[in-house]
Amino acid sequence: MDTQIFDTANIDIAWCPGCGNFPILKILKQAVAELGIEPINLVLVSGIGQAAKIPHYFKTNVFNGLHGRALPPATAIKATNPALTVIAESGDGDMYGEGGNHFLHTIRRNPDITNIVHNNMVYGLTKGQASPTSQKGFKTPVQVNGVFLEPFNPLAVAIALDASFVARCFAGDAEQTKEIIKNAIKHKGYALVDIFQPCVSFNKLNTYQWFKEHTYYPEDHDPLDRQRAFEKAIQTDELPLGIFYINPEKPTFEENIGTYQEKQTPLYRREPDLQKLCNLVDKFKILI
Amino acid sequence: MRNDLSIVLCGQAGQGIQTVEYLLTRIFKLAGYNVFATKEYMSRIRGGTNSTETRISSGPVCASVSRIDILIPFNQGAVQHVEKRISPKTIILADKDTITDDFDQTRHKFIDVPFTKTASEIGNKIYSNVVAVGTIAGLFGLELQTVSKYVKKYFSAKSDDVVQKNLDAAKEGFNLGAGLVNSSKIKIDIRNDADVKNQILLSGTEAVALGAIAGGCNFISSYPMSPSTGVLAFLARQAKDFGIIAEQAEDEIAAMNMAIGAWYAGARAMVTTSGGGFALMTEGLSLAGMLESPIVIHLAQRPGPATGLPTRTEQADLELALYAGHGEFPRIVLTPGNIEDAFYLTQKAFNLADKYQIPVFILTDQYFVDSYYNTACLDFSDINIEKHIIKTDIDYKRYKLTANGISPRGIPGFGEGLVVVDSDEHDEAGHITEDLDLRTEMVDKRLKKLELLKDETIPPELEGPDDYKNLVLCWGSTYNIVREAVKNLGRDDIAFLHFRQVYPLPNETSIYLQKAQRTIIVENNATSQFAKLIKLHTGIDIKEKILKYNGLSFYVEELTERLNDLLI
Repeated sequence: MDTQIFDTANIDIAWCPGCGNFPILKILKQAVAELGIEPINLVLVSGIGQAAKIPHYFKTNVFNGLHGRALPPATAIKATNPALTVIAESGDGDMYGEGGNHFLHTIRRNPDITNIVHNNMVYGLTKGQASPTSQKGFKTPVQVNGVFLEPFNPLAVAIALDASFVARCFAGDAEQTKEIIKNAIKHKGYALVDIFQPCVSFNKLNTYQWFKEHTYYPEDHDPLDRQRAFEKAIQTDELPLGIFYINPEKPTFEENIGTYQEKQTPLYRREPDLQKLCNLVDKFKILI
Repeated sequence: MRNDLSIVLCGQAGQGIQTVEYLLTRIFKLAGYNVFATKEYMSRIRGGTNSTETRISSGPVCASVSRIDILIPFNQGAVQHVEKRISPKTIILADKDTITDDFDQTRHKFIDVPFTKTASEIGNKIYSNVVAVGTIAGLFGLELQTVSKYVKKYFSAKSDDVVQKNLDAAKEGFNLGAGLVNSSKIKIDIRNDADVKNQILLSGTEAVALGAIAGGCNFISSYPMSPSTGVLAFLARQAKDFGIIAEQAEDEIAAMNMAIGAWYAGARAMVTTSGGGFALMTEGLSLAGMLESPIVIHLAQRPGPATGLPTRTEQADLELALYAGHGEFPRIVLTPGNIEDAFYLTQKAFNLADKYQIPVFILTDQYFVDSYYNTACLDFSDINIEKHIIKTDIDYKRYKLTANGISPRGIPGFGEGLVVVDSDEHDEAGHITEDLDLRTEMVDKRLKKLELLKDETIPPELEGPDDYKNLVLCWGSTYNIVREAVKNLGRDDIAFLHFRQVYPLPNETSIYLQKAQRTIIVENNATSQFAKLIKLHTGIDIKEKILKYNGLSFYVEELTERLNDLLI
């Protein structure tokens, strides 16, 4: 499929020149095009922030909700109509800060959705404050003496919760990132793809160059080995990239709720069985 | 004795008071009696003192009374707990040792009934509650067989031994009750009523949940919070039979955002919550306003602020429902007054939400959801599930500007179009915009729907003479209490007006008010929130107010007295 099918005409993109969001947008379009997913069968769900604007530059179905709240509607959309491919995409502040509780519990719920997080370790849209993944010592207009909070480690948390797919990529490496995203979308169950992405305006520490120098792809990593995956996730001197962990055995949320086990008719085409409801009401007559 | 008895059982949490309420209401319904039951309980799992009131009557009963005709206290302190409600006429049936020394037995009709001893002889004092159920059935002269059949059914999931012991307990209790009648210690003249048999016994919770299913609800996401949780639990139990997705969310924020996501993808979704939980949902409510997403909210009120009195009742979240959510967007607030209302209004709420693409509230409270009574069987002949989803074409625009403000709602995957919704201000296609002229158009478009809503309000119901001089106003759960109190006054110059929709305020409101020489409003809150709303929309100031906000609903006699004091 041609990626142009996802291009939107006459748009005014709100990102800074050189922003890491541009390659991610391009990579995502390529990934879904290569998987042959039609725009009408894809839903991009996002929260608020610069990364969360990505659906507006992408010709498909869009649910651009509230700050931090992309995962609950994404879960519900997939449960309501499992025929749709659902991708929840936002930045590190949105997914790990404001939406932290949803992040934890969506992993536990395991809906068959892909969760892409643009991780630039800073708040962009609010102009440069610390994000949950900002490194210690990072100075900002609010964290004037430097960040002293422990950085949030999304991969370690996800693996600790036995997330069914956990990966990290770098926006500067288009080819590998695209392959990882394709694998995440194909994976049945919740898939986390944390993408390192430089913020050229507000993060002068974690630049393209810095990410290149501090990341690597481990050789011979077995993503079915959870302990090894956890070891990789807590490594901070050098930051591993790739698919850290896969649990292929977990039933999805949609399978567990069973709404589509007996029949495939989408919910919007179903009618409640009023005769059955009449029978249920009759039970309240308390006749033995 | 009178032909309408109020029986109160009182004991610690964990003593099986709820079991007694459940069994009594069902057994008396089964035997063809009119029954009403409500409870008041503490926010704890064990201990404390809780009570349940069951009214059994020759005619229909639908409201809580203060008076206790028969009291069965199960623990020390139970009598003190309901002290204000007992009189010299109250018959207290109790084990001697549940009555403390400071209780003046000479001032009350106290009858020693060996509930605990009887239960212990059967095997365990935990059977005392079923002994009491049997005793009451015996007092009323029910057939033992009716009692046994229901007790057997109720405990059918338990072991044969437990079933048998409960049957023994019911039987021994029954004999105790019959003995009291035979020895002329108590005489009860209440008759069963032929109409009751085909009626249904329903609680407010059950009526809301059944109404939701009848409205086509197939998605509920909520977080447990008293007193709203029963609706979630009911729909979860019915999930498989009716194809409902019922999910306990991690918090109310997720619950609300899930429900909106579900509507987006084609479900008919609701949330059920109470004040504090709804506070967390208000950001999502505003999202529904901006996305023009339908959403049905069952808001079961309890006293606040903050955690307040978690298991008690109040009507103090009307203003919360009216004004929750940042920004300006239309909504509907429905306030069922009786069990039928709860069913039909909840059913209708889904159609209204879908038609106008707005939030619709079902505003109840603890008293309402936890009360039961027998009522006419629900009529399904007018039940329609109106769906307003369209199949999209390739040029589909979710927020197309239309004359009436309603843009046809498509869903992803149905048709050739793309469905784009955005919490930012957006253009017709749904994409983010900062075109400020378009902003004005979009605000106008959303608010235009409010005008349509005003033409489709549910009128208030007037009961009493058309040429009334005094008009008593109420809304929501106080309906049956006000109705009985006004009837008790026995005056031909008083009518009462009940609102089952409070917002948008029905157009008829001012006509009814202007006709009255005096208007009195009854509200279960401290600031008379509905009177403020009426003044805002009609300019009419209702000066006389009967308010209660101690965490309990009005009792019929209390309200009768307060109305009488005002009207003398």
